[in-house]
Amino acid sequence: MQIWLDELRGDVSWLGNLPAGLVYTLGIVIACKIVLVYASLLAGETVWLERRISGRMQARIGPNRVGPQGLLQFLADGVKLLAKEDIIPATADRPVFILAPIIVFVGAFAAFAVIPFGDGIVAADMNLGLFVVLSLTSIEVVGIIMAGWASNSKWAVLGAMREVAQMISYEIPLGLSALGIVLLAGTMNLSDIARQQEGAIWNWYVFRGPFAFASFFVFFTAALAALKRAPFDLPEAESELVAGFHTEYTGFRFAVFFLAEYSAMILFSILTAVLFLGGWSPGFPVDLDSGIARWIGALILFIKTILLLSVMIWIRWSLPRFRIDRVMYLCYKVLLPISVVCVVGLAVQVLVAIEWLGLEHAVGGWLGGK
Amino acid sequence: MSAPLAPDLPDPTRGGEPGGVVAFHERQEYVGRDVRTEEMVFNMGPQHPATHGVLRVAIKTDGEYVRALQPHVGNIHRCAEKIGESVAFYQWIPYLDRMDYLSAMCNEHIGCMAIERLGEIEVPERAEYIRIIVAEVQRILSHLMAIGVYGLDLGAFTPFLHQFRERERGMDLLDHLAGGRLLYHYVRIGGVKRDVSQDWLDELDAFLGAVEQRLPEYNTLLLHNRIFQERTFNVGVIDRATAVAWGVTGPALRAAGVDFDCRRDAPYSIYDRFDFEVPSGASGLGGQVGDCFQRHWIRVREVEESIKIVRQAVAGLPEGPVLGRVPRGFKPPAGEVFIRGENPRGELSIYMVSVGKSEQAWRARCRGPSFSNIACITEVAEGLLIGDLVALIGSLDIVLGEVDR
Repeated sequence: MQIWLDELRGDVSWLGNLPAGLVYTLGIVIACKIVLVYASLLAGETVWLERRISGRMQARIGPNRVGPQGLLQFLADGVKLLAKEDIIPATADRPVFILAPIIVFVGAFAAFAVIPFGDGIVAADMNLGLFVVLSLTSIEVVGIIMAGWASNSKWAVLGAMREVAQMISYEIPLGLSALGIVLLAGTMNLSDIARQQEGAIWNWYVFRGPFAFASFFVFFTAALAALKRAPFDLPEAESELVAGFHTEYTGFRFAVFFLAEYSAMILFSILTAVLFLGGWSPGFPVDLDSGIARWIGALILFIKTILLLSVMIWIRWSLPRFRIDRVMYLCYKVLLPISVVCVVGLAVQVLVAIEWLGLEHAVGGWLGGK
Repeated sequence: MSAPLAPDLPDPTRGGEPGGVVAFHERQEYVGRDVRTEEMVFNMGPQHPATHGVLRVAIKTDGEYVRALQPHVGNIHRCAEKIGESVAFYQWIPYLDRMDYLSAMCNEHIGCMAIERLGEIEVPERAEYIRIIVAEVQRILSHLMAIGVYGLDLGAFTPFLHQFRERERGMDLLDHLAGGRLLYHYVRIGGVKRDVSQDWLDELDAFLGAVEQRLPEYNTLLLHNRIFQERTFNVGVIDRATAVAWGVTGPALRAAGVDFDCRRDAPYSIYDRFDFEVPSGASGLGGQVGDCFQRHWIRVREVEESIKIVRQAVAGLPEGPVLGRVPRGFKPPAGEVFIRGENPRGELSIYMVSVGKSEQAWRARCRGPSFSNIACITEVAEGLLIGDLVALIGSLDIVLGEVDR
């Protein structure tokens, strides 16, 4: 981003005369706006993707009327939801009830600012990128507690309670398995992490030893739980809690929850692709870091994202829902120990690679992450 | 208006603790602690996705745990029995369809048998065979629905829509025979309405083949699924004594280890001519006898057995008329009759009294399986999680039309 702006300031004279800080700030604001629109569109299309895939899985067709192949279905749904009556229950805590979807929305979308969509295609290229993503997505849980509590509905409270228990628990294995990759990469900058995986397919972090491989599965499972995707969709389990924390929400407020859920899915898919599956690397050595080539890289990352989304959708429509105690069991007695072992294992692996083999050594560089 | 099913038990929606239930904050483990906890009362239903209709279950919960529970029934009471006493005998049959709308053919069959015994009417041989065929096809359809909906209750949406594909074929099948998809009025006093054709029998064979082929697919998605097993093993155990004490019948009774099926042990119609197994709860499946898993498993097995019965009935189908002679303005002699039959959900018994010289029954009374089965949850559900309660109610496979009648 900064490089682009510097080039732009060099080319356009009046921009060059403005103070650099102002240009950077404006640039980031505009970029964030673009990312926001892009992420919303993508979330809408993910809804379409999910409905089409689930249709195929369930021996039916799915939406195919609005636009080519039903691609504009999300617009029709959005218009429908906008036209609905906006109901706030009489006993609800009004300000909190109104604020809750906004917070959920912010939590889900803000993290896109630091997500690289391709080499250099990132709104804010932060050195703490991964940290920012994980912390911003945790904000979502606050919004959901607010929604559940402010609705003044028992089902919503129960849904929010489940959500809190689940989210807070699964953030631990999620964070720990991502930490393992940070140990390998030596940075939290998502673009740098992706760049380190360029070249052959075994450079992808998922293939750098057994611990990284296990970390990938822990991360993906924990991400599913943090996203409230089936089989971990207990907070909104429709056959148990009606609709969980958003039982009382209607119209556009409900749409915001819905959109936030899908954008969080996309976020975690891109994050998984960047952390473990080589980012924009196609799996063989090719130069993708400049000019038009970086857009090809962006396309490759996009395809990986869609594949991961499809896996999430596939899992959702195949499996029954866990029970709340089994969810907690899976987190604390299965995923957490595995992720701790993985972090320690990766630390030892990196240490061995640096101390014994040296990063210049072929195997040492591969194990050490550089 | 709905009414509590077991009025002598404490009603969780009311204040006070009449049944000696200790208020939560006064419980031993919390006295003197610096925590304040409260029990929460939920009204599950009458509009709730998991109650399969308009059942209202009042639950008192401690967090996710169910502490006390009371089902309230009667929201769609339609006076089915009273209507039986105010219309002519033959006019009551369609009302039996609407009682348990997922097993209309079986209800008609049992209802017609009661009236026939009252009027001493002979049923032609061919009609008896056709009745068995349609009743068993109905059982397959009903169990397919139960299997799919149970998946839906546990959060698996896909098997629900998959079973609809086969169920749709079966409903078309009955539609081609009877002219209705769900409610048929096909079994009549003295026989059945229409004869079956060879085309229809071919269609039936194709349908049975499709069910046989797809059943393992459903089992992959549900019965053999690890999450499904974790959700259902040892959950909502209705043991032998409880099942017998509460009058539980049907798959739920057999899952509890009681090897009883009216079709075999109190044979009616011509069921004694067919060779079929009656599955009952076994301990080698994982989990324990009488849990939700076993009830689901029994239904899957019963579909297989019903296919066998239909095949045998088709093979043995004799020639002849399908509707016996029933006098116009049929007035059975004075007397009473009690008939029990196996409906997909359990034992449907019909008791009728005729005073003679009347076109109407003096008393018409049904004993429905759903009503008896749902009653036992007051005893079984205590201590379950809310998710387990949904699994329990789903595994009983109730139809509220028949609970309320």
